[in-house]
Amino acid sequence: MADADVAVVGGGIVGMSVACGLVRSGLRVTVFDGDDRDLRASRGNFGLVWVQGKGYGLPDYARWTRRSATLWPDFALSLQEESGIDLQLSQPGGLFVCLTEAELEARAEMLVSLKADLGGEYPFDVLDHRTLAEYVPAIGPEVAGATFGPEDGHVNPLRLLRALHAVFKRRGGRLVGGVTVTGLNHPQGGGFRLSSDSGSWDAGKLVLAAGLGNLSLGPQVGLTVPVKPNRGQVLICERIPPFLDYPTGHVRQTGEGTVQLGDSKEDVGFNDGTTPEVMAAIAQRAVTMFPVLKGIRVVRAWGALRIMTADGFPVYQESGECAGAYAVTCHSGVTLAAAHAGPLADWIKTGSAPVGMASFSGERFHV
Amino acid sequence: MEDKRYDLAIIGAGPAGMAAASSAAGFGLRCLVIDEQPRPGGQIYRDTGHSPLANPDLLGPDYREGEVLAAEFGKAQMEYLSGAAVWHVDADGVVGLSREGRAWSVAARYILVATGAMERPCPIPGWTLPGVMTAGAGQILLKTSAMIPDGPIVLAGSGPLLFLVAWQYLNAGAEIVGFVETTSRANYLSALPFLPKALGAAEYLFKGLGYMKALRKARVPVFKGVADLRVEGDSKLEAISFSVGGKNKRIGCDTLLLHQGVVPNVQITRALGCEHIWDIRQVCWRPRLDDWGRTDSEKIYVAGDGGGIGGAAVAQIQGRLATLEIARHLNIIETAERDRLAAPHRVAMARHLRIRPFLDLLYRPTEVMRCPSDETIVCRCEEVTAGDIRSMVRMGCLGPNQTKSFGRPGMGPCQGRLCGLTVSEVIAAERGLPTAEVGYYRIRPPIKPITLGELAAFDAPEGKQK
Amino acid sequence: MFRRIPRRDDEESRSLVTIFIEGKPIQVPTGEMVAAAVLASGLGWVRSTPVSGAPRMPYCLMGVCFECLMEIDGVPNSQACMTRVREGMRVERQAGVRPLSEV
Repeated sequence: MADADVAVVGGGIVGMSVACGLVRSGLRVTVFDGDDRDLRASRGNFGLVWVQGKGYGLPDYARWTRRSATLWPDFALSLQEESGIDLQLSQPGGLFVCLTEAELEARAEMLVSLKADLGGEYPFDVLDHRTLAEYVPAIGPEVAGATFGPEDGHVNPLRLLRALHAVFKRRGGRLVGGVTVTGLNHPQGGGFRLSSDSGSWDAGKLVLAAGLGNLSLGPQVGLTVPVKPNRGQVLICERIPPFLDYPTGHVRQTGEGTVQLGDSKEDVGFNDGTTPEVMAAIAQRAVTMFPVLKGIRVVRAWGALRIMTADGFPVYQESGECAGAYAVTCHSGVTLAAAHAGPLADWIKTGSAPVGMASFSGERFHV
Repeated sequence: MEDKRYDLAIIGAGPAGMAAASSAAGFGLRCLVIDEQPRPGGQIYRDTGHSPLANPDLLGPDYREGEVLAAEFGKAQMEYLSGAAVWHVDADGVVGLSREGRAWSVAARYILVATGAMERPCPIPGWTLPGVMTAGAGQILLKTSAMIPDGPIVLAGSGPLLFLVAWQYLNAGAEIVGFVETTSRANYLSALPFLPKALGAAEYLFKGLGYMKALRKARVPVFKGVADLRVEGDSKLEAISFSVGGKNKRIGCDTLLLHQGVVPNVQITRALGCEHIWDIRQVCWRPRLDDWGRTDSEKIYVAGDGGGIGGAAVAQIQGRLATLEIARHLNIIETAERDRLAAPHRVAMARHLRIRPFLDLLYRPTEVMRCPSDETIVCRCEEVTAGDIRSMVRMGCLGPNQTKSFGRPGMGPCQGRLCGLTVSEVIAAERGLPTAEVGYYRIRPPIKPITLGELAAFDAPEGKQK
Repeated sequence: MFRRIPRRDDEESRSLVTIFIEGKPIQVPTGEMVAAAVLASGLGWVRSTPVSGAPRMPYCLMGVCFECLMEIDGVPNSQACMTRVREGMRVERQAGVRPLSEV
């Protein structure tokens, strides 16, 4: 008998969301997780549950993102009830602040086109400076305006990860930590064999949610996952009284009161460090948006590697060669956590894919 | 193009930094010394030559040794930047600085990290209460501000500094109502084999015996081999309680000074990503260094206690040795000259280091003072207890970076300085692994907090675009 | 609370400035650490934590523990042990989360 019905490789937010969904339906699920110092996008992300602007060029991605945002409140509630951990989810709508008129126009144009792609059903507002100041009195005088997406929100991503682990364990899931799965086999009689330095395990089905690790794992079971690291640097500032009621694309105030700044996009390979130049640029934009932040202290900065495909969209695919092996890869693990724990986990359990999944096949990169 | 970089940037103006700067000036290096304090001296010689005490002799002769070093430093040709915080260092030799609300950077061909030691955290129940501070803090107030606690004082913990401070406090007329030593009796046995070697640096031993004698003479109640240290009080310290010889004891006091040795301050070498090793004898992390103090990063050197605890005399020597090697790399001296100049320093250093194994084993902190009870706060900033850490381990956390993301220890303003050692050791004990395997926090910049306004106005070093 | 013991009798050591701790004027030696001045003033706590509101006092006095955060001349969360007194300086407790003052 196999060690598990499903083996999930990767104990980050993506892997744990899928695993929590699977274990809930009574399957025996084992998650394989790496070491303390491994690259972990789940520890470095920004915490947005974000809809606006997502899916430009791929309407199915916009639909999938919105579906997840809709599922989030119930998802958060169930995690909170089972773990006792408050995820600090809030979905009041989100602002994408634009410093210049040109930026604001381009942004509005992009959203208009997205709306057309989605048959006109896509809510957003374009706010000029004055209207924006009504939403956020702290906004700086130089800011041109913002776009507002009523479906956007944010959550505490570290609490999310912890809650997922707690709930997974409570629901009877098994976590094997400190291992790097390197070998995958699909034996004649079906199922999968996973191997690492410290042992091997058998499982009926296989989910690859190893982030950048999917690059080398995927091809072993006939899956193409062409991902590349893309660095984002994030700054975190000391706790201050509430000053910002809405998450924004670059700045958000966390449930603890700290202020998180970020959103650099750099192609620097597997370097997850920080640079004073980028930190300074992030700080500059933040104090232009919110001059009131000038006097608050930065206590920590980090770089984290996003898991990016060439077109920026996720890869969800069942292997044609090795049925029962799935690739799950994206750079929006927080936003999509609810969809991953729900419809995506159902797909892996039942084998029937949610609507629109075909758009996310890794085959699209075979040109 | 003219190289505008400094030849050497020294971070820290304690014994290692001052000695290194004086040597570097002797070689004609273009040298910058950066220090957080307004005056040179580091912690051990803090405000040396400027102590406001009417009778600075009550601090003992060692403190006054700093005056010689500071005088040499004062005469040396170099740039000295006091009152400046270092918030960024990179392996290419760029140092990000902040002073009086302005951030900028300088570049150097070599960097010497001479940031010294800090006191090992003493996590016991109630150690966050007002009235409790470190013995080192109590000493700094005496040295730099001529003040001592008013009312009854207890000193608790272990290590040479605890004795020194008690002695200095007695000289200053402080009211010590208890000297509570946690040093376990087993330590005397494990240290004993190293006593003959220690006799090669007997002045350290005589000093220690002198302090103990002074305590007895002043009739200070001394308790040895105590356990279960606990601070009592609701909103402030009221008493310290402990068990000794199977009995519980409680001493009311207004001030409690805690200490259990010093450990390298590795914040900068950690932020640089240098390799660190777990020193089994000193029970702490230190950067891996070669014989000249070079880290695994070509341009980064460490001298003094920041590279392993050796004391002020050793720190000075290490500062000079590192400078010799840097001068060689800069083609100022040849290898043979470097070795010739280093030889007497190496002899002196070996002699000073003879005392170390004995002291390290004798004052090795006890298990419970390193891995405290569940109720004890470990991370003072975010108020995370040892029990919280243990429950995170049971949830699957393998190391301190996972516990950090699960429960925030190490995320407060002190950036893990006061909890890092304890968190690693608690995880290691809970998992039954050596601490070396569990590892340490990944230290992230800024090394010291700076304001967003400063960072926004930061001028990137030449050649680097924003 | 701390008390002062005899100081050197020279100009550097005799020079005093007036600072205000929680609004109360106090004379302290020129160039002294704010944390030392506060300890001598008898203030029972310098900050309360933004997590549980627990009272804290300076702990390490060498810049590593960040327990001595106070509002100094209007700047919140300043390290009192890394700041020197200046004539007329205003030193306030930092209760819980720092305020967001207009710059």
